[in-house]
Amino acid sequence: MAIFSFLDRAHTVAKPGYSRWMVPPAALCVHLCIGQAYAFSVFNLPMTKLLGITQSTPGDWKLTELGWIFSIAIFFLGVSSAVFGRWVEEGGPRRAMFTAALCWAGGFFISAFGVSIHNLWIVYLGYGVLGGIALGIGYISPVSTLIKWFPDRPGMATGMAIMGFGGGAFIASPLSVWLMGIFKTQHHVGVAPTFIVLGAIYFVFMMVGAIIVRVPAPGWAPEGYKPPAQAKKLISNNDVFVYDALKTPQFWLIWWVLCLNVTAGIGVLGQASAMSQEMFPGHITPVAAAGFVGLMSLFNMGGRFFWASTSDYIGRRNTYFVFMVLGFVLYCLVPYTGSVGSVVGFVCAFLIIISMYGGGFSTVPAYLKDMYGTRYVGAIHGLLLTAWSMAGIFGPVLVNYIREYNVTHGVPKAQAYNTTMYIMAGLLVVGFICNFLVKAVDARFHMKENENDIRGAAGARA
Amino acid sequence: MTTAKQGTTSFQLLLAWGFVGIPLVLGVLQTLINAMKLFQ
Repeated sequence: MAIFSFLDRAHTVAKPGYSRWMVPPAALCVHLCIGQAYAFSVFNLPMTKLLGITQSTPGDWKLTELGWIFSIAIFFLGVSSAVFGRWVEEGGPRRAMFTAALCWAGGFFISAFGVSIHNLWIVYLGYGVLGGIALGIGYISPVSTLIKWFPDRPGMATGMAIMGFGGGAFIASPLSVWLMGIFKTQHHVGVAPTFIVLGAIYFVFMMVGAIIVRVPAPGWAPEGYKPPAQAKKLISNNDVFVYDALKTPQFWLIWWVLCLNVTAGIGVLGQASAMSQEMFPGHITPVAAAGFVGLMSLFNMGGRFFWASTSDYIGRRNTYFVFMVLGFVLYCLVPYTGSVGSVVGFVCAFLIIISMYGGGFSTVPAYLKDMYGTRYVGAIHGLLLTAWSMAGIFGPVLVNYIREYNVTHGVPKAQAYNTTMYIMAGLLVVGFICNFLVKAVDARFHMKENENDIRGAAGARA
Repeated sequence: MTTAKQGTTSFQLLLAWGFVGIPLVLGVLQTLINAMKLFQ
């Protein structure tokens, strides 16, 4: 439709003089909004009291039922980034950001309706399905654009955007609590109007990103930048078509590297509060544990920028080697910190671990760019995010069930996590081997000169 | 001052970075204040 032509990739090509430093804030506009997902838990308790207002009544939703909202959203993040990755790549960042804004705001509005008529299935559909689709499309929408604008520092560029996803919760959490406080009355807890206001704010914020984002003109390069005449061992100058990437062993090796790195981090991230209190009874209070969780979130965000930027200097594969080796050492040390009662050692170990968890997310787009070129990196990244969905199941299951098993078999609570820590360290050994096996992509998968246009046109017609 | 002739101005850059940076910095500060409870 003509009125939506401003969303086309052709209308987002930057004019001479456009500063590439406008693109990271455009990407952050989207990532800071969808990063709200990490703060969704602030709604869990209020949503268990929608009928009872001051306390839960028999008809109210249970925490276990509410937990599915986030799980469905993360599942659809993986599905939508894999399914829509090519469409995002070929349609351009503005169309993708606009679609993500519509879905994200729409998800909040539908959920507000679900809350107001007390129908949990509508909330699953709204925040879970539609919001999850927005998460997937929004997450990958600026990745390849940033890589094209920053060929000299691709890790730093994608690190900035993905840092926003980790930082979104810092804004969403206090904002949501403040809004619920304003809308709360004697007759309702204020969740539905908070969803409506958040949906409206996020839509505007994301649209600002969609408006200011630009793609570089063909052949554009940063001033003074000279692309390497000869490809380095693990940095390709050639593009690989999105579905051909799936046929390469490198894709699956990196898939496992990401999955194992995320599994190792996501399990402890969700259980950090309980784990710290149980491992150091009397030393870490619930209030201190909340502070620890906040500190972990900061390192999760900071690690995204730090490690991705570092990878520009030491290389992507070496960065993941650091994650695997350092992570292995730290996971093995955690039980020792518990046995000697070293709170400082425990906190430092987990802060570094969680920074590498964030770093794993932010370094992987540049890793894929090195392997498969820039043409379809966003779409390939979308396919790779299914590893995140898988890790989202593995990680918490490993931590929770092994702890439960140990406790029921008489292991003291302070030592109930030791087995899990050693298993996490073992997973990182497997990740190390996968990373070690990553070699340059075989030349037969490289796209030919005119293949780019033919496949692109086919994609546009599809 | 402009970054290039008829291109992005420094004011536009400041506006764009402030738009995302101010809420993020406020959120980070709030989290840091809460995190300090770990050391009390």
